Amino acid sequence: MSGPSLMDSLFQRTLEDLIKGLRQQLIGEQAFISKALEEIRKEIKSTDLSTKSTALLKLCYLSNLHFHDMSFAAFHALEVLSSPRFSHKKIAYHAISLSFHDSTPVLLLITNHLRKDLTSTNEFEVSLSLQCLSRIANVDLARDLTPEVFTLLSSNKLYVRKRAVAVVLRVFEKYPDSVRVCFKRLVENLENYDPQILSAVVGVFSELACKDPRSYLPLAPEFYKILVDSKSNWISIKVLKIFAKLAPLEPRLANRVVEPICYLMRKTGAKSLLFECVRTVVTSFSEYESAVRLAVGKIREFMVDEDPNLKYLGLHALSIVASKHLWVVSENKEVVIKSLSDPDPNIKIESLRLVMAMVSEHNVAEISKVLVNYALKSDPLFCNEILGSILSTCSRNVYEIIVDFDWYVSLLGEMSRIPHCQMGEEIENQLVDIGLRVKDVRLELVRVARDLLIDPALLGNSFLHRVLSAAAWVSGEYVEFSRNPLELMEALLQPRTSLLPPSIMAIYIQSAFKVLVFCLHTCFVRGGSTAGVSASASYESFDDLSVENGAGSTVAHGQTCTSAPITNESIVNLLKLVELALSPLLGSHDVEVQERARNLLGFVDLIKLEALNSSGQEENDSEQKGVEATKIIRMVHDAFSKELGPVSLSAQGKVPVPDGLTLNENLGDLETICSDIELPSSNTFSFGYPSEEKDVSSFSNLQIKEDSGQSNESTSLLAEHRKRHGLYYLPSGKSEVISNDYPPANDPALQGDNNDTASDLVKLTAESLVPKRKPNHSKPRPVVVKLDEADEKPVAVKHPESRDDSLSGAVLDILFGSEDILPTSSRSNLPSSNRKGKEKQHMITQVESKENVVGDGNSSSRRRKDHSHGKERRHRKKNAEERNETDRKEKESSSNHPRRQKSRQRAEEPLKVPPQTSVIPDFLL
Amino acid sequence: MGIRFILMVNKQGQTRLAQYYEWLTLEERRALEGEIVRKCLARNEQQCSFVEHRNYKIVYRRYASLFFLVGVDNDENELAILEFIHLLVETMDRHFGNVCELDIMFHLEKAHFMLEEMVMNGSIVETSKANILSPIQLMDKAS
Repeated sequence: MSGPSLMDSLFQRTLEDLIKGLRQQLIGEQAFISKALEEIRKEIKSTDLSTKSTALLKLCYLSNLHFHDMSFAAFHALEVLSSPRFSHKKIAYHAISLSFHDSTPVLLLITNHLRKDLTSTNEFEVSLSLQCLSRIANVDLARDLTPEVFTLLSSNKLYVRKRAVAVVLRVFEKYPDSVRVCFKRLVENLENYDPQILSAVVGVFSELACKDPRSYLPLAPEFYKILVDSKSNWISIKVLKIFAKLAPLEPRLANRVVEPICYLMRKTGAKSLLFECVRTVVTSFSEYESAVRLAVGKIREFMVDEDPNLKYLGLHALSIVASKHLWVVSENKEVVIKSLSDPDPNIKIESLRLVMAMVSEHNVAEISKVLVNYALKSDPLFCNEILGSILSTCSRNVYEIIVDFDWYVSLLGEMSRIPHCQMGEEIENQLVDIGLRVKDVRLELVRVARDLLIDPALLGNSFLHRVLSAAAWVSGEYVEFSRNPLELMEALLQPRTSLLPPSIMAIYIQSAFKVLVFCLHTCFVRGGSTAGVSASASYESFDDLSVENGAGSTVAHGQTCTSAPITNESIVNLLKLVELALSPLLGSHDVEVQERARNLLGFVDLIKLEALNSSGQEENDSEQKGVEATKIIRMVHDAFSKELGPVSLSAQGKVPVPDGLTLNENLGDLETICSDIELPSSNTFSFGYPSEEKDVSSFSNLQIKEDSGQSNESTSLLAEHRKRHGLYYLPSGKSEVISNDYPPANDPALQGDNNDTASDLVKLTAESLVPKRKPNHSKPRPVVVKLDEADEKPVAVKHPESRDDSLSGAVLDILFGSEDILPTSSRSNLPSSNRKGKEKQHMITQVESKENVVGDGNSSSRRRKDHSHGKERRHRKKNAEERNETDRKEKESSSNHPRRQKSRQRAEEPLKVPPQTSVIPDFLL
Repeated sequence: MGIRFILMVNKQGQTRLAQYYEWLTLEERRALEGEIVRKCLARNEQQCSFVEHRNYKIVYRRYASLFFLVGVDNDENELAILEFIHLLVETMDRHFGNVCELDIMFHLEKAHFMLEEMVMNGSIVETSKANILSPIQLMDKAS
């Protein structure tokens, strides 16, 4: 490195020069910055500390405001840190707190610098290093500097002590064992009357209590005193936060505290404190009627305030109340609804949440109507917010609140026509889902789908494509409810469908296939069997068909269907239309579209001859062919007419394992047998292609079902397998039948509703799943097929993180008066641990003696219990302990280890804390 | 940790001060500041000062050409944070005398130092203007 030249430092640009330079650059800013960075890189290597620190300062500026990496300067920052001059140190600390993090390599080197400054006599140096520690402390730093922080906690300089208190939070978090050393002193600071200290210490406890409130219950009296005495709003707010966490754990505490909080709420002039009182009451004291009433009064004042901030917070607080006291929302309905048209989108969303909280099965229709009107008027963002919340509220818990599905389905149709609607995917899912689950609504569903399909304008809106795909699927699957299949066919094959993406195009073609088969079946098979091919046959009402084909789906819609006649002529036209529309698609680039188009055209080819022939009068010939074609049509029709039902995720699990079947058997050799079979993906198992027998049906997802007309090798093999081992397969495709054998999990509902639904449901499916009906509605709620777990999210009980546990375990140990303390250095593997061990031990004995006074008999009995648990842990720790052998000998005390084990033990069972009652001081009792 | 970060941003969306109480990489910071600036600067005077962002809240306030944005945990008291911002501005005012964007630009380190006096580890430790400023004045005198 070149020596320090005077010229370098003389002509070094200061930060001010840099900023001025930057401000003059209107366009070439980047170039200017990279030049400056180059200079900095040079200057920072200088041995002159002034030059170095100026370079560092400039670098901080560029890093902080222009996002330039400064990690290369980490070591230089440490060099500046060692300067004796305070101004250099300040810059170095500034740079370090901005740029260091847990994986900075030179972090290890900073420990001694920090220790030196922490013990400095200059309070500003101490403060700087504390500040820095609060930003960068990791496990090692926290462990190694715990003694220094401990000392500073009782410093007589308020300025220092305040910061030491604040830094403790980070140290605890990183190194929970430090609690054993520092906690007592931290608590002592709670009794300090200086507002500076108090504010820091309360801040620390409010953070700690957030993570694990239970451990801090014993300190309730101290907090109570602060709450009553405090003059500072800042401190009161923090204490309220602590009580919001503690009160739900201990009703007697809540009883005691609710009065002062209400007093504060009435008395205070500060909105921030007032709001905190309100929030505390509504979150944690919601069973205190009078307190809630008072808080609700304040909330209302907030909501009608001119200030948008207060309005927002009022609505926000109201939504907290809503979960427990819905009446409060209804009382303030007008304000909430008015806020829906507020100029502020955040306020609108907050009030939307509240409106949705009010929704029940009685008012869902009116509220949705109002909201859809709002959606029509609002900007795209809020419009979709509204639609999204309507959709999620209505579909909650398998459409729990929907009674009139006809209404809901038409609402879905209406929603998709709203110009800004971007909820296509959700609407798609719900349309299909409702189709599968609710049989009674299919007629209306098909009508809605037809209206959507037939409108050519909708095809141009790419947000609607998903909805159209659902509409196409629905009208194909439930074509027997359609009033005019021919019209449907035209809609499905209209020229503008070319605007659709291929995946949806494929669904359109498949649906067209189904509709075509249906028409042919109506015309030839139904008609053919009676009076030959005649126009009259096609007047056959469709609901008759549905009774026959749809097996379970017997819904009488006799009067509703005024079917358009399907004549021979119209069939010929239909076939022509199909050929015309699909032949261009044979050249499609998308395999799915191409293949399906080819399938359909192939089918048309098969049928066409027949259709044309029969229109002519060559009786003899066509008789033979006609039979053949009819057979084909019938077979394909049967394939399509099988009901698809929702499948429970846990359906497989309900199959009892037959005797003699070992599920854990190694199936390795199976692979060699069926190596050439590609197994279908996990959730689709399909077997059997269409045959006359109804009970060999497919139990699969849509795609497989739709394609079941084409058998391939794997399905036939599977069918073979099924024939041989039929016993291990699910008995049938219908979920209803499954429920017969394996009672669903939500049995109680089934039993509960059995009485009032029994008679008219028998003829549907006697064992239909959970026929949910509310007898008091004028229109009975249709059956919604529900599957047990499939619709319930498993409730995972989240346990607090182990780190917190170890922290709280340590805190509890201290609070419940333990006698001995884990030597902090016993874990350390650093070579210097011996030396440190000594000074720590000294300090620890100090604390120990103090705690001996407080310790109660409780702890000794607990410890005895823990001895038994300790064994295996001790064993596991052997290695670590051997390493620390020397260390241990030095301060050998048999009690150390059980202590440590105890805290671990506790950490695993945080609730096995000795009853709080014994610890909470008298005044609460 | 109550406060997660404090930003000062001018009308053009340029960051003038950034203080984070949890470590973020430069890329994360750049993305975060971009998102926040887009969200908050588009809002007008009639709208409230709280914006939900990711899993926390931003409380902001505009003083002349400068936006003060504070990212806080969801259960932090929004009004108290607004008071904190006001206190910060008043403190700077007292020190710089009618503080403006340039003061903060040219005395970035000092502004950071003031913040450090007021906030530690994400929680507010000092709310008295005199207490915040006295070490700074001492240091100014010394140098």
